[in-house]
Amino acid sequence: MTATTPVLSAVDVTKHFTVRSAVGARSVVRAVEGASLDLHRGRVVALVGESGSGKTTLARVLAGFYAPTSGEVALEGVPVRQRRGRVERGYHKDVQIVFQDPFGSLNPLHRVRHNLERPLRLHHGVRGRAELDRRVRELLERVALTPAEQYADKFPHELSGGQRQRVVIARALAVEPKVLLGDEPVSMLDVSIRLEMLNLLDRLRAEDGLALLYITHDIAGARYLCDEVVVMYAGEMVEGGPKEQVIADPLHPYTRLLVDSSPDPGRGARDRERLFDADADGLGEPPSLIDPPSGCRFHPRCPFAMDVCRTQAPPRTDLADGRWTRCWLHHPTQETE
Amino acid sequence: MSTQTAHDTRPAARAASGDVLHVTGLTVEYGTDGDPVRACTDVTFTLRRGEILGVAGESGSGKSTLITALTRLQRPPAATTAGSIVFHPRDGGPAVDLVTASPRTLRALRWTSLSIVLQSAMDALNPVMRLGAQFADVLRTHDRTLDRKAAWARAAELLTTVGISGDRVRSYPHELSGGMRQRAGIALALACGPELVVMDEPTTAVDVVMQRQILAQVLRLRRTLGFAVVFVTHDLSLLLELADRIAIMYAGRIVELGTAQELYDAPRHPYTRGLRDSFPPLRAPLWRLTGIPGTPPDLRRPPSGCPFHPRCPQRFAGCDTHLPVLGEAGGAHLVACRLDDGDAAATGTERTTDGGDR
Amino acid sequence: MRTSLLQGWKVRTGLGVIGFFVLLALAGPWLTASVPGLDPRANDLTAIGLPPSAEHWLGTTQFGQDVLAQTIEGARGSLFVGFLSAVIGTALAILVGLPAGYFGGRTDAWLNFLSNLFIVMPVLPLILIVAGYMQGTGLWVIALIIGFFGWSGGARTIRAQAMSVSNRDFVLAMRTLGEPHRRLLFHEVLPHLTGWIAAMFLQGVIGGVMAEAGLAFLGISDSGAISWGTMIQAAQQQSAVLRGMWWWFVPPGLCIALVATAATLVNFGVDELANPKLRTVRQRTRRPRGSEAR
Repeated sequence: MTATTPVLSAVDVTKHFTVRSAVGARSVVRAVEGASLDLHRGRVVALVGESGSGKTTLARVLAGFYAPTSGEVALEGVPVRQRRGRVERGYHKDVQIVFQDPFGSLNPLHRVRHNLERPLRLHHGVRGRAELDRRVRELLERVALTPAEQYADKFPHELSGGQRQRVVIARALAVEPKVLLGDEPVSMLDVSIRLEMLNLLDRLRAEDGLALLYITHDIAGARYLCDEVVVMYAGEMVEGGPKEQVIADPLHPYTRLLVDSSPDPGRGARDRERLFDADADGLGEPPSLIDPPSGCRFHPRCPFAMDVCRTQAPPRTDLADGRWTRCWLHHPTQETE
Repeated sequence: MSTQTAHDTRPAARAASGDVLHVTGLTVEYGTDGDPVRACTDVTFTLRRGEILGVAGESGSGKSTLITALTRLQRPPAATTAGSIVFHPRDGGPAVDLVTASPRTLRALRWTSLSIVLQSAMDALNPVMRLGAQFADVLRTHDRTLDRKAAWARAAELLTTVGISGDRVRSYPHELSGGMRQRAGIALALACGPELVVMDEPTTAVDVVMQRQILAQVLRLRRTLGFAVVFVTHDLSLLLELADRIAIMYAGRIVELGTAQELYDAPRHPYTRGLRDSFPPLRAPLWRLTGIPGTPPDLRRPPSGCPFHPRCPQRFAGCDTHLPVLGEAGGAHLVACRLDDGDAAATGTERTTDGGDR
Repeated sequence: MRTSLLQGWKVRTGLGVIGFFVLLALAGPWLTASVPGLDPRANDLTAIGLPPSAEHWLGTTQFGQDVLAQTIEGARGSLFVGFLSAVIGTALAILVGLPAGYFGGRTDAWLNFLSNLFIVMPVLPLILIVAGYMQGTGLWVIALIIGFFGWSGGARTIRAQAMSVSNRDFVLAMRTLGEPHRRLLFHEVLPHLTGWIAAMFLQGVIGGVMAEAGLAFLGISDSGAISWGTMIQAAQQQSAVLRGMWWWFVPPGLCIALVATAATLVNFGVDELANPKLRTVRQRTRRPRGSEAR
């Protein structure tokens, strides 16, 4: 394995869902279209987008819950085979996922200990009370739930939201995965404890060399944790690259809209009228994924829309510094014309 | 007073004078078999006419309880056990204490003087009624002379003010997107030209882009209509951009109250500072942030003394026994922290510089 | 959880009544054998169709049998059928409903078809036919038949609940950890259905007791065995109503009604546990004291 092989990658992944209405009419929801993503050891990629942008669907494809409609997921360069929509069991030894809702992802009837012991038994064949106790204590200490003895025998309802999410992370770590997919892992936690969670993820990335996908709608939080940002809009990836460049100087008009709309405490209250000076009014809303606009999916809202945007989907344009975007504005043909 | 003239003739200048709401010593308890839980304790603040007062807090800080108490929408087992919420009508009429007001008085005040936008306002619309009919209902409850046609016309006008095309009055709520429904909910709240609008996380359920559009409209409408807003949210970074003044709540108490500028530049309470530093910046250089260690207190068993002391990085002897009260910390800036007691002045200055050098 | 279940008066009353009848059924043979004059099968030709008296507390039948003794013996028969049919029905409902809700897709389609089939099947005529074929319809057979034909409604309930629990994040999370389906079904999903299953079981007991009485009334019963159903049937055959022998059919009828009421009362309590809304209210009011004690 070369150093450049990504641990987990999505190659041109498309996921469509077929839905039937009550009267039997079929329609296709184009949830993710042509998404490509590489996760490297010890690096964090943030997938940023609004609700309905397809980021959760992509995470679930990567987690092996859905088979992609086309394209493939590759684990260390090897395409992952799926049988009847389910990945092989070994896959989850390497790829684990943390869900958004810490209240929903722990069975209320099981103690913390049970949640951590199961993966230890299943994946590492740990047997024997003493050995299990030791490993459980280690895991709890790694997610800073100390003293561990105090937490091991608690039920989820006895823990706060942040503590539960730590247990969820510890449970995923028990498998000793190579990739951790975080589907908005902090968005349901209280503001004051989100950072501790982000710092924890950062530490795990540094200590264990985990490859981390951090899905979020909070672009400031993404900037804090990640190395690289990928922006999704209406099921398509529109821009990606190193975080500072992408956020400081967005190429795609949607990224710009997203960055400008995000609250920034650093901006302060100094120029409120300008901050909310809304020509944002006529900007419309994300399109339906059943019948997305032709061409670039952002064109109905784009202030720079050209004729070509309405008819042809923009291809990926790679630029300097590892940046890329899908926008006709930055396509080489545009610059020569 | 017809609703139409109500907001057309209102002099914008008058909106700046006087206060619209005085809340004093408000205490709300959830009575559970003689073992009551205090969700709001001794909350005192003043809302000026036309002002946006932000209320920020985490889960369990009592901010939602405060909202339901302010609007008298609380249901048992919650009960207001002390304090007053005095509302001063714009037309110089007698002040009304909302805590003791009769249901009849409250009904007269709702929509016309005081309205509310909830987080789930998008679900508050009746799914089987056209938008116009719902607006007409509200408009005609408070102005009986309005006929159906005029009411629908007014509804279309109101929808336009929040950026929804007027012909949408004939739509059913499910035909609108979530963001549009939320805006329709705001338009409905403003239908009768209220003086005070209470907003409980009105934009948490929508995306950031839509959030900015909605808030831009709220700000613009406030400029023309002059209503005051109590805006409750957990998102302090949003409040810093939006609100005139901000009240920070912790464990059911207001721990700090000041202008957005003051709170951002020189927060006095360690909790406020911690909360401010819990939002990573979008553009400023990054440095390692820690948030606030520990977990919010369990209101069933609140900590002794200052409720924040178990998580406070600057606690000192006595914080666990003495409860600080909200007091002046320079001008109208109020803070409830023993660091700001008179004799701790030296520590105070030290901390201000500490807060400003970031 | 157990302590809070026992708190309500409804549950306590219900369990008390059911417990009484269960004890009666268990101690029945010993009671009737040891107390003279309490033999349910003895025909006392000197006492035929007598109203309640000091000697025969609940009177005697047209055949000179003691009604009290028969009621005690009948409890044994009726409850045996009730419980056995409920066990069979509940087990079948779980076996069909749980995988249907958990796996979904094709499994669900087939299993759901099966339970729908049993729902629309004309059960009573079928039972009559099946019972007619079975030689020597003992109580065992009656219970088997009732259980076998009475699981479909419960399976639908279990399926719906299993489906909703299976879609919760924790099931998905445990699957991602590599838990096999068997463990997910029985360790993650099934425990959340306890309330529903308990309610279903009690419903099944009521249904079983009633169905047994109904079948006995139609003449499908073990002629040798005594149950409340066979008592009523015998009373009906001898025109007890016309003769004004109320003491013959009122005790068994009352017992059936009592058991049904008691099971319903317990069900109310179970419902409170299964219904999250009612449960949170209970917890919220209880927790402060409980946690201090801990």
